[in-house]
Amino acid sequence: MQTFSVRELTRYIRDIFEADEIFADIWVRGEVSNLTKARSGHWYFTVKDSAAQLRCVMFRNAARGLRADVRAGDEILVRGRVSVYEARGEYQLYADRIEALGGLGDLHMRFEALKDKLDAEGLFDRGRKRPIPVFPAQIGVVTSSSAAAWHDMQNVLQRRFPLAEISLSHTLVQGAEAPAQIVRALERLNRRAEVDVIIVARGGGSLEDLWCFNDERVARAVADSRIPVISGIGHEIDFTIVDFVADLRAPTPSAAAELATPNRDDLLLDIDRLRNGLASALGDTLSERTRELGRLQSALRFTTPLKTVQHERRRIEEKREQLARAQRLQIQRWRERLPHAAKALEAAHPRRILARGYALVRDEAGAVIRAAAQVSENQRLIVELARDQLKVRVDD
Amino acid sequence: MDELTNLSFEAAFQDLEALVARMESGNLPLEDSVKLYERGQRLSAHCQALLEEAELKIRLVDENG
Repeated sequence: MQTFSVRELTRYIRDIFEADEIFADIWVRGEVSNLTKARSGHWYFTVKDSAAQLRCVMFRNAARGLRADVRAGDEILVRGRVSVYEARGEYQLYADRIEALGGLGDLHMRFEALKDKLDAEGLFDRGRKRPIPVFPAQIGVVTSSSAAAWHDMQNVLQRRFPLAEISLSHTLVQGAEAPAQIVRALERLNRRAEVDVIIVARGGGSLEDLWCFNDERVARAVADSRIPVISGIGHEIDFTIVDFVADLRAPTPSAAAELATPNRDDLLLDIDRLRNGLASALGDTLSERTRELGRLQSALRFTTPLKTVQHERRRIEEKREQLARAQRLQIQRWRERLPHAAKALEAAHPRRILARGYALVRDEAGAVIRAAAQVSENQRLIVELARDQLKVRVDD
Repeated sequence: MDELTNLSFEAAFQDLEALVARMESGNLPLEDSVKLYERGQRLSAHCQALLEEAELKIRLVDENG
């Protein structure tokens, strides 16, 4: 079996506590007892009900931020994280916020109850969320015309998308009258049906200040709006019921104005990019057509009739040259053979034979006599000799 | 000016985007490309002018409105 030191075991237990999601941030309801406000500024106390108790510590910074004093015996809601104080081997709540019940504590309970109820009705469903238009021509704003938040929003809208027309539907944004006024302000914008998106906004404040945005009538009016609603209520950390039912939740009024609008500087860059796109697309088309034209032109040159005639003419010219060359060659050959032929001719001449003592016999008509049968008695013949001739008569 | 004067920013901007996409897809006769280019130039100038010259307009919507 494994053996731990106390330190190791306690550290192990603390790690388990700190890995737990519920322990990380939790509200606990109970009665304050054993409250000690130390000179260091830290508060040490116990929260208990009829069955159990919980050690709590609230450090100086958190205690200093409390709006109301806390006394032993108070019924409170305390928020914090549960972990282990190793030195004493005790688990405890590290508190960062305390709300007195009967006052604000009661509001928390009502908040949670309304949230659960509307959630169960499906009012927070993702599927209900409508898209926010990209280029809102008209923006409705439900807020107080005298609040700093309204001023901030105008600056954002002017800077980002001054093309939008703003319809301000003024309302109180705190106090008992506020919920009914907010509902009417929303209804006015819905009745006119001119705006593309509605911003419901209020600057930061206490839980009580923001309470009208946790009112069921207001929450339902937002859910019922036919125009998409962006909420921008309080600060980053504040969540109201209206935030849950809105189509889009922004952390602050200025952020809501940003989410409602495109950014002018981005749009100007987009326009630049599109303009470049135009020029380069036209350039592409032009060079493509130019290439095509070049292809067609060269194809045309090869198919023109003039080309064919020139081609044929050149062929004829070539043939003619070929022929002339052949003739010249033939003539030259003949010319080379001529001396031989002349010698052969000379050698074959009858006179050469006659010179050797032979004779050639012809009749008076000049025909050569080759046999005795060709002549008759007393016929006159001519005998050709090398130098001259004899005229003779056939005797027998 | 021309037919763009009353065109909203949204319509002009979306027109411009569609037009550039069409030109970039290619296969357009040169004459059409030139026409689209000219219209695109007018659209982008229109969008830019709208953005640069706009002043936020605010009106109050009260119970009578």
